[in-house]
Amino acid sequence: MRVTRDLDLAEECAQDAFARALTAWPADGVPDRPGAWLTTVARRRALDVLRREAALRRALPLLVVDEVESQVVEPQVVEEDAIADDRLRLVFTCAHPALNPDARVALTLRLLCGLTTAEIAKAFLVAEATMAARLTRAKKKIAVARIPYRVPDAAQLPERLDAVLTVVHLLFTVGHTAPSGPDLIRADLVERALDLARMLRQLLPADPEVAGLLALLELTHARRLTRTDDSGRLLLLDEQDRSRWDRRAIDAATPLVRESLRARPPGRFALQAAIAAVHAEAASYADTDWREIVALYGVLLARWPSPVVALNRAVAIGLADGPAAGLAELEPLGREPALATYAYLPAARADFLRRLGRYDEAAAAYAEAALMTDNDVERAFLHRRYDEVRAASQ
Amino acid sequence: MAEYLVLIYENEAEWAGADQGVFDEVMKAHNDFGSTHHAALRGGNALQPAGTATSIRGTRTDSVTVTDGPFAETKETLGGYYLIEAPDLDAAIEIAKAVPAKFGGVEVRPVRVFD
Repeated sequence: MRVTRDLDLAEECAQDAFARALTAWPADGVPDRPGAWLTTVARRRALDVLRREAALRRALPLLVVDEVESQVVEPQVVEEDAIADDRLRLVFTCAHPALNPDARVALTLRLLCGLTTAEIAKAFLVAEATMAARLTRAKKKIAVARIPYRVPDAAQLPERLDAVLTVVHLLFTVGHTAPSGPDLIRADLVERALDLARMLRQLLPADPEVAGLLALLELTHARRLTRTDDSGRLLLLDEQDRSRWDRRAIDAATPLVRESLRARPPGRFALQAAIAAVHAEAASYADTDWREIVALYGVLLARWPSPVVALNRAVAIGLADGPAAGLAELEPLGREPALATYAYLPAARADFLRRLGRYDEAAAAYAEAALMTDNDVERAFLHRRYDEVRAASQ
Repeated sequence: MAEYLVLIYENEAEWAGADQGVFDEVMKAHNDFGSTHHAALRGGNALQPAGTATSIRGTRTDSVTVTDGPFAETKETLGGYYLIEAPDLDAAIEIAKAVPAKFGGVEVRPVRVFD
């Protein structure tokens, strides 16, 4: 950003760099640090454009400051540091709390990942014109309200970093289980979220929550091949073939989990990563340490009260202490307005009812859950379970 | 540097029910704010309640209407403002966080500059 001082040009260059990556990487292989590579290309392109403009309009003051000009010919190390600084500044600008939450995710995809407006619109299932207007509004606010390109100072950093991590986590979540459509996973969004989490880890290597988020995403992503069978049917944790979980990713993420948990008290991403690690360590579903998972959700719930965390904890209690205990934990959550259209609540209730042999009630709950999801793969799973419990009740 | 208007929106009903102690406490908070941030302050005022407002629509046309009350009827009404100078939005927000608004909150708006 310091190079161009102009958001539109930076955007064009980021997109250009991404387009070059699509042609260069299949031929030459993905570089060790794809994020840095993208910014290097974007920076060179920005300098090209700015030099051309400067030549065309000699009467105007030079747009490229001397400091930046000299950096280009200096050794690679200096340039990489400068790139890291630029990207970190941009991350905090895109995820600024003064911007609309949807716009934060869209801007991050546009400016840091180089996706086109059309691609982002498609990812969020809105018309391209709608997404273009959303991006324009956000960029205008950045310019007019003077949202700075700056890494926040130590006092503001935890809160502002949390907003950045939330953007990346949201992106991953939307990709991991698409809110609607024919596919369970939106691989493009998952990959972008992982890229961003890895980039943040490079930029802020000492931050425990950054380590926690990266570990959480890597551990969740490690199960990707086993989440559906060959015909695309959804497989739950108890049905997944654990030998096909990505062991290398799990082994790489485990030290990150330990590192993130060293913070006192541990942050919300560290705790979620720890839960994912308990699953990853269990040799089989039956070997899962459900009590440990219940305890971790308990800590998470105490510090970040959320109906969704309460639901996850209730499910874990059902798996630790039996379906009747789980059902009792779920009961008060039925009055939670935030969960009124949340398919996982009736799905969890249906599962416990099924295990208790209360097939008619289970069928009603599966039917309710199926009405609440727009994801075709999830809906097919719920319909399958519905048919099973209906057959069992006859 | 840029100028930002910090608009103080509060619930008037709560103010109406507040006693002298609350009033004194908030006045002291404003004085503290003023002395801490005097370098950034460019102006500011408290306003009379929204019931004293008059709204005028269609200005500079042939169909001007003058009506009683503020422009928008909401639970929280504009009760005062500070005009501050800050290098960017983060700095403006840091100052705005120190503005007293016991029964509501504040809105930060960049002041428009015409070239």
